[in-house]
Amino acid sequence: MPNTPEQHTVTIACTINGRRLSLGVNPAWRLLDLLRDHLGLTGAKEGCGEGECGACTVRIDGLPANSCLVLAVQASGRSIETVESIDPASLGFLHASGATQCGACTPGVVITADWIRRNPDALEHASVRALMAGNLCRCTGYNGIIDGVMASMGFPGEAGACAGGDPCES
Amino acid sequence: MLRIEGLAKLTGAERYVDDLPMDGALWGMTVRSEVARGVVRSIEFDPALDWSSFTIVTPEDITGPNEVHHIECDQPILASPEVRHIGEAVALLAHEDRDTLRAAIRRVKVNIDHLPPALDYRVDPEPDQIQRGEDNVFTELRIDKGGVDAAFAGAAHVVEGEYECGAQEHIYIEPQGMIAWVDDNGVVCCKGSMQCPYYVVSALTHAFGRPEERVRVIQTPTGGGFGGKEDYPSVIALHAALLAIKAGRPVRIIYDRDEDMLATTKRHPALMRHRTAVSADGKLLAQDIDVIMDGGAYVTLSPVVLSRGIIHGAGPYTCPNVRIRGRAVLTNTTPFGAFRGFGAPQTHFANERHMDAVAHAIGMDPVQFRRINIIRDGETTATGQVIRDGADRIGILDSALTRSRYRQLQREHADFNASSPDKRRGVGLAYFHHGAGFTGAGEVYLSSIANVAGLPDGSVEIRAASTEMGQGKETVFTQIVANRLGIDPARVRTATPDSSQVPNSGPTVASRTTMVVGHLLERACDDLRTIIGAPDARGDSLHAAIERWCDANPGAEPVGAARYRPPPGVHWDDKAYKGDAYGTYTWAAYVADVEIDLRTCAATVRAFTAVQDVGAIVNPTLAAGQVHGGVVQAIGWALMEDCVWRDGAMANNQLTNYIIPTADDTPHIDAVFFQTPYEFGAMGSKGLGELPMDGPAPAIANAISDALGLAANRIPLTPERIFTLLTNAQHA
Repeated sequence: MPNTPEQHTVTIACTINGRRLSLGVNPAWRLLDLLRDHLGLTGAKEGCGEGECGACTVRIDGLPANSCLVLAVQASGRSIETVESIDPASLGFLHASGATQCGACTPGVVITADWIRRNPDALEHASVRALMAGNLCRCTGYNGIIDGVMASMGFPGEAGACAGGDPCES
Repeated sequence: MLRIEGLAKLTGAERYVDDLPMDGALWGMTVRSEVARGVVRSIEFDPALDWSSFTIVTPEDITGPNEVHHIECDQPILASPEVRHIGEAVALLAHEDRDTLRAAIRRVKVNIDHLPPALDYRVDPEPDQIQRGEDNVFTELRIDKGGVDAAFAGAAHVVEGEYECGAQEHIYIEPQGMIAWVDDNGVVCCKGSMQCPYYVVSALTHAFGRPEERVRVIQTPTGGGFGGKEDYPSVIALHAALLAIKAGRPVRIIYDRDEDMLATTKRHPALMRHRTAVSADGKLLAQDIDVIMDGGAYVTLSPVVLSRGIIHGAGPYTCPNVRIRGRAVLTNTTPFGAFRGFGAPQTHFANERHMDAVAHAIGMDPVQFRRINIIRDGETTATGQVIRDGADRIGILDSALTRSRYRQLQREHADFNASSPDKRRGVGLAYFHHGAGFTGAGEVYLSSIANVAGLPDGSVEIRAASTEMGQGKETVFTQIVANRLGIDPARVRTATPDSSQVPNSGPTVASRTTMVVGHLLERACDDLRTIIGAPDARGDSLHAAIERWCDANPGAEPVGAARYRPPPGVHWDDKAYKGDAYGTYTWAAYVADVEIDLRTCAATVRAFTAVQDVGAIVNPTLAAGQVHGGVVQAIGWALMEDCVWRDGAMANNQLTNYIIPTADDTPHIDAVFFQTPYEFGAMGSKGLGELPMDGPAPAIANAISDALGLAANRIPLTPERIFTLLTNAQHA
């Protein structure tokens, strides 16, 4: 990589969280870099930088994608939605179910969870667990995430009465 | 009560170290050894590059002791002249532009004269591999109870077994990161992702020869720790501080995932050998246990990991004669450090696999064999500690059997296995315990302090160095204080863990935070009431009393304080390794239901039941979350997380080929709590965070052994390992 501060830039037009923007971007930037370092949208995290963990998940034209695997220039003409665009009022189920612990994976989890909630037909082909498999979480063991997604869609949790409730015996 | 910072995390508003704006900050990076062992001859900076815009720190820039302060000070801040592992820090660079820095770091060459490395902890080192003492042994510990040798002589059965656990990488989703700067008063400041702010304070005061008030350490919201941010943040803080001092500007070091996996600590690999004497009716007569742990290149926390490991080595059973010998040895491998469970998962894995093996060998049902040997109130542990906590240990076992449908599963699986051409199912049990808080006299030595201050508006503020890293400390502390003072949790604030603002409440480790520090907060609440002259005040009358005190003492604030004091009657002899190793223990029975696909040799956990007594539960959702997360982290360790070593460095230091469980790899975890209150834990609680890491691996290995009719004694049980087990069984 050349050791020069002067970098070529490309101008792109895109929509980010509903705002139409014209942006000068470096061709080497990833979409994640554009969002975090240049637009101050730090919700999406870099957990691995190679599309495995899903902490950087955003929606591109409605579909969840790893923003570390997409170049910023590829946002041209697209609509990008980050966790900052999600209505906090829609997050109550995930909050109550214990879907977040350390919070580092959470913005990506929220994006995928919100997509599943809006696309219930996807459950005809795959389980909530399979649809969430692109978002690694090291804290929750996934119970809280899965139960929160299911509750937000009006389904009972996986364990029925046990889910999110009082698991205490004796 | 819902997690206090939950909505900030769900909306992405929470700011982690990599999210913080830092005007004028440089990026820092680390030049690392590519050699497992050797002597640095020179560090070459490519003359074709103009280095004038870089800040460069080499070992010559270190004016104080070149030592990272841990238990010992054997680990250098920057290796000089000897390097002891691949990935060891040799020099540091900083620059305004991160891409420029990344390109430049590849143009630094470290010339190293190779020396023979010690790479296998299981074999005795050759003379030219010795780097510590006469045998590369960091620590040797021993527990003796009764007379083991005599007990073997007359036993009806003697059963031996060998068990092995691999390393495990923490994979906190937020990689390590730290920002350092020197403030206007010349105070060296570090801010970043960490579990133990005062460990970093000690590292800075030691290395820079400064008094505590001349350094300042602030925890940022921490995206997972699991022990990985117990000891290592001291290293990265020292690196960032060295660069910041030299540059005269703030420096931010954020590890990429591959660097994090290459350079930071992991769970200690361990090899355990068991020899057990049993009577004709299945009572344990003698346990002779040998534990070797790989410590890696430096001591870090290995002596205390080994200590906890051997203390848990004989399991939650009573046996009149026990000998446990443990060694932690040096290898030229990335140092191993703290990881949830802290040595106990390894020794519990061995012991619980061995309990099944012994039951099998003597022709007894493994549940029954455990049932008759589980420690009863009034009986003693391996260190001679009398257990008398009133916990229903047999009830826990029975609950796990009932909830998991253990007996029905055994019958169903027998039918399934008889008819399925390509799948096998098995069910496995593990029974185990975990000592809560620091081992032995550790809590006395820590002498932790926590404060609860009254504020002018009548509300209160919690001041402690305990950190939130996902486990729910912030919420649970708030509940504990609100409960003690009879006030609305909304009137309780929590001060940021900042060493200039909060006392040292000890490290956020060892399942001690709710139980030990929470109890300090309860006592600090009582002290606050005494200070404000309202010993019985609750609710509004308490708020009013604080306001009155503040009005009467302008410019001052009432600060309730409590310092740790051990529960009465707890005695530990660290020389003889006898006595009360922990103030209290938690108890658990876990059942795994597993299926193996004989075509792919992949094992899948179909269902998992986790029954435990961790004292009174402060917050059911958060407590269950600790169990769910711990179990899944342990499923990963048991089945898929395989650190591949090449010359003592992790060769698969990427999430692409070091795989951790996804939602689709794991079942719903059924977590159940018995609640026997503990008098000296906040609101009756005991430690919780680590226990769930101890049991799943042996339960799963027992289930796989049950399904395949062979002994799965080595984890991780990856498809390759299971294939080998099956192949060897066919050839046997």
